[in-house]
Amino acid sequence: MKFTEEHEWLRAEGDLVVVGITEHAAEQLGDVVYVELPEVGARVAKGDEIVVIESVKAASDILAPLDGEIVEVNAALAEEPGKVNEDPMGAAWFFRMRPVDPAQMDEYLDEAAYKALVG
Amino acid sequence: MTDLNVTPLNALHRELGARMVPFAGYDMPVQYPMGVLKEHLHCREKAGLFDVSHMGQVILRAPGGYRAVAQAMEALVPVDLLGLGEGRQRYGVFTNEAGGILDDLMLANYGDHMFVVVNAACKSGDIAHMRAGLPGVTVEEITDRALLALQGPAAEAVLAALVPGVAAMRFMDVGVFGSDFGELRISRSGYTGEDGFEISVAEGQAEALARALLTHEEVAPVGLGARDSLRLEAGLCLYGHDIDTTTTPVEAGLGWAIQKVRRAGGARAGGFPGAARILAELAGGAPRMRVGLRPEGRAPMREGTPLLAGAEGGEALGLITSGGFGPTIGGPVAMGYVPARLAVPGTTLYGEVRARRLPVTVSALPFVPARFKR
Repeated sequence: MKFTEEHEWLRAEGDLVVVGITEHAAEQLGDVVYVELPEVGARVAKGDEIVVIESVKAASDILAPLDGEIVEVNAALAEEPGKVNEDPMGAAWFFRMRPVDPAQMDEYLDEAAYKALVG
Repeated sequence: MTDLNVTPLNALHRELGARMVPFAGYDMPVQYPMGVLKEHLHCREKAGLFDVSHMGQVILRAPGGYRAVAQAMEALVPVDLLGLGEGRQRYGVFTNEAGGILDDLMLANYGDHMFVVVNAACKSGDIAHMRAGLPGVTVEEITDRALLALQGPAAEAVLAALVPGVAAMRFMDVGVFGSDFGELRISRSGYTGEDGFEISVAEGQAEALARALLTHEEVAPVGLGARDSLRLEAGLCLYGHDIDTTTTPVEAGLGWAIQKVRRAGGARAGGFPGAARILAELAGGAPRMRVGLRPEGRAPMREGTPLLAGAEGGEALGLITSGGFGPTIGGPVAMGYVPARLAVPGTTLYGEVRARRLPVTVSALPFVPARFKR
């Protein structure tokens, strides 16, 4: 599993990558009340704002961590945004994407480096 | 961080695991480990304890007693203060010459003096304004007392266990009560839409009182995050957001706080800053009005969201001034200003969020009915 400095996690599944936000991010956001997901089939570029998360406090974006195509989104989050707080590393994944270049994963942090980042 | 003021409950907030943020120059708890959503719901179902010690507590005295203070103060606020009975409190606003609002506040008749509570961010300005505008009145800021709010349906039973006399109070009653925590200045009021109390206590006793209240299982500490969502659902204005120097009390829907005696034709009509504009708006209507707004769907619409008449084209009619998720409503709620002709419940408008226009319905306020003990 890899982590971005924007507190996303990336898990490779065959030639796909699943993306969510970390427990640290979920805790910092507070109670999540709204999630807006990208469209399946959307072609995204690394750094695009593709998910909007609104907590009781504020809105934040999730950036596409890789270039690629969105192949599946976790539609259950639209109905139950609170899952992001309950199980951010598991049931509350945001989307699956097919990366153009899987090697883009390599530049992200491993778990130890991410843990060091968030203290 | 070094410049932040702290309240007498600062150490307790930290012990309770609060996340602290700077607010109006104070280091304040925005939430506790329970989280904003659950704190909000807990307050509506049981009781929440809030530290509002950052707010300004001011005693106003004059040789002529309360009556003399009231007479002077009526020159600054469009409120019937001479008609306010002893042991009673009213909500009011300081207005400016343009009819705008300098701050909103609570004013209470304590028999031989007036006690007012003003917003933290405005307090130095308010105090200067009162010192300049109240000849013959001594303006004393109380800096050695904390202010706690205990809000929610269980508030009466919890506080009455410590101070039995409060059970007989009704909404907007005030009084001084002896207690194990010294002399308490208590009002039956708050800013959540729930029944409850605001309790002024000597700073040295504040933590002991807060701990005593928190020993009741019905009581949870509630931070500024839930305080904001509670007051938004209750349709109450937040100064600097829903009301400011550019909004008049009439536009803000606060005409109810201007009693008949201060209106055109009343015995003490006008006589406050901006009276010409405010009285004209009371009689003939204001060009725009604050309204409740229910966005369709789940996306919250925050402060600053433009409001438009149609799904395409046209100019912004106004802005959302407060908005977010209403935990009791279970969806997004907001307030904002729209032209008076559109300030009709049921009217569909559009809010522009992330370059998309989403429908919002003008709604009656409050979103959650008030449960004051009248």
